[in-house]
Amino acid sequence: MQLLTISGSPHVHGDQSVKKIMWGVVVALIPAMLVSFWYFGLGALLSICVAVATCITVEYLVAKFILKQEPSISDGSAIITGILLAFNVPSNLPWWELVIGSVFAIAVVKMSFGGLGKNPFNPALAGRVFMLISFPVDMTSWPLPVQNRMVIVDALTGPTALGTLSEGIKNGETVSQLASKLPDYTHLMMGNIGGSLGEVSAIALLIGGIYMIWRKIISWHIPVSYLLTVFLFTGLLWLINPERYIDPVFHLLAGGLILGAVFMATDMVTSPMTTKGMLIFGLGCGLLTVLIRVWGSYPEGVSFAILIMNAVTPLLNKYIKPVRFGEKVKA
Amino acid sequence: MLKTFKKGGVHPHENKLSADKQVQMLPPPLKVYIPLGQSLGAPARPLVDKGAEVKTGQLIAKGESFISANVHSSVSGKVVKIDDITDTSGYRRKAVFIETAGDDWIDTIDRSQTIVRECKLSQQEIIRKINEMGIVGLGGATFPSHVKLSVPEGKKAQTLIINGVECEPYLTADHRLMLERGEEILVGITILMKALGVNKAVIGIENNKPDAIAHMQKLAADFKGIDIVALKVKYPQGAEKQLIKAVTGREVPSQKLPIEVGCVVNNVGTAFAVYEAVQKNKPLFERVVTVTGKNVASPSNFLVRIGTPVADLIEKAGGVPENTGKIISGGPMMGKALNSTEIPVVKGTSGILLFPESDSKRVKVQPCIRCAKCVSACPMGLEPYLLEREVNAALWDEAETDRVMDCMECGSCQFTCPSGRPLLDYLRLGKNKVGQIIRSRTK
Repeated sequence: MQLLTISGSPHVHGDQSVKKIMWGVVVALIPAMLVSFWYFGLGALLSICVAVATCITVEYLVAKFILKQEPSISDGSAIITGILLAFNVPSNLPWWELVIGSVFAIAVVKMSFGGLGKNPFNPALAGRVFMLISFPVDMTSWPLPVQNRMVIVDALTGPTALGTLSEGIKNGETVSQLASKLPDYTHLMMGNIGGSLGEVSAIALLIGGIYMIWRKIISWHIPVSYLLTVFLFTGLLWLINPERYIDPVFHLLAGGLILGAVFMATDMVTSPMTTKGMLIFGLGCGLLTVLIRVWGSYPEGVSFAILIMNAVTPLLNKYIKPVRFGEKVKA
Repeated sequence: MLKTFKKGGVHPHENKLSADKQVQMLPPPLKVYIPLGQSLGAPARPLVDKGAEVKTGQLIAKGESFISANVHSSVSGKVVKIDDITDTSGYRRKAVFIETAGDDWIDTIDRSQTIVRECKLSQQEIIRKINEMGIVGLGGATFPSHVKLSVPEGKKAQTLIINGVECEPYLTADHRLMLERGEEILVGITILMKALGVNKAVIGIENNKPDAIAHMQKLAADFKGIDIVALKVKYPQGAEKQLIKAVTGREVPSQKLPIEVGCVVNNVGTAFAVYEAVQKNKPLFERVVTVTGKNVASPSNFLVRIGTPVADLIEKAGGVPENTGKIISGGPMMGKALNSTEIPVVKGTSGILLFPESDSKRVKVQPCIRCAKCVSACPMGLEPYLLEREVNAALWDEAETDRVMDCMECGSCQFTCPSGRPLLDYLRLGKNKVGQIIRSRTK
């Protein structure tokens, strides 16, 4: 008989692995990716390829030559960062700007903290904000869905739905006056609107989200509390003055909210560990998003909201503890 | 809706390969090694010397402190020596080595198959008898039964809960016992009820044993105050506190015993042993052990004499399969890996598992991705990821505040961890260190 292995229990392991989780997220991103190819054509495909390739390369190089650890590209986390980063930019963004954003996301936001699992902020979101501040014009000129998919850079650009709204309200127009300029719900659902390349289709993103919940990659707590907070808060404002504040369904569907709530806020590494913490995290993201959208200087607030809540996460982990067994004793 | 406990838990593959295998009685082995300490508490003091002739069922070591249990010979023959032997824990402990000759039982034991239902003994007499016969909890924790049945001053038992859950994958010993010795178990339960002075008992059985549920339900109709509760399959439902929660909805407070909420939990195997001890005068010297594994030729349930070397059992189940990489005493979630097959079966041995080489090694450890699966899997509501860090940094005070001592080592956290982190190794270390600190405080 050969040598027996001695190890502590448990002697069996569940079927989850980091690789399975990360590749599961990639699969969940496929519907939104297909929509982006459909509406933004080759430009979208190119952006995703550039971002993913840069993220993988940078992670490999930093791991191997600076951190001197075994590079673990196959776990798929760099690919997710790449796809999400590309999802958060206009499809006609110059490729070199996307390269700079990707380098920042991986080298500074992720690897400088020690790599997978150690970064306090979501790399893709921090990379996006870095680009937004560095290249404000390119990052806010949104191509409209293309007529010819084989053209990489489309000359037609226009504001996003939230941009139109924010601009109009600032100029003193009412919601009903703006209505004709805003896309209707069907377009918001399907994605036939201007915007970042991955955020446009609410349906495609929700399909990905449901897939991840079904595969137990994420739990429902963060997306639901995030979306519900936005819905209730904007709903309250809308009830107060529907001419000043647009209806809550518009807020849910427009901009990067669903992308953020489903794929960014749920990033395991940068969100809280307890379900109660997750609910508070979602609530905070929701409140901040609405505050920035309605009263801030940017038309969209999802990135900032999630990044701020990322910073709050360690605090939530410290003070929000799970209910211990035997703590609340029934008489 | 089936009942279960609320918080945490996991669903390992059940792999109950031996569920339909009738319990086979094995003849006494050629030699036995009977450890003196087979239960929680102090080891028993040996009453026999080298060269002594013993009979099957004879008392060979006496438990002398309150938390301690008597040990009886499981065979008849000659004591070869009293010496150290490596037991399941991996430590060297004292054991009585006996060479078997025939199978001559002490004559006080009633060996007939007739089921004796009526028990005329008083509460105190029952507990004394259980103590005398060396009965310990057979679910795995091996807590001496007479201690469990002696309800502390000022506390009152209301419900006896009988554990027929068998939530560990692979194991089928309790399942078979319920199917084949259901009536004896029920009589044992009535005796336990009498010992505790309660008129209500509930048997919790997981829903993956519908035949056992139906069988016990049918039989229990004949007994007053015994109910069967079908439970949803979820590990670790066989853990005392989780079972109480599942059956009664009550939560035993942290660091307290089940009696705090008026419950006493005993395993079905223990109930059977109590029946044999009280009604048949039979000391605990044999038990049902499942021998199983994916490559084992014939996964089986055996009625085995205590002290039988594990190798004998494996031989009877078809031998050690080629490519076996790990042999486990107990279930795959909480069992202990053995370093030899010469280790004897003890009162707490519920199964012997043989894992192929491919299943024997742990998965590669990766960085924690803070997925929180360990937090949601922990049935005690702990944060294993955090305790790992605290233990790693030797932050014992913090680990104590974060309730490391509440950990029952069920392994759900490590089972579920996608990064394959050895969370339970850290928790065990933490419990050990923090336990020492707590004990030194009271001195």
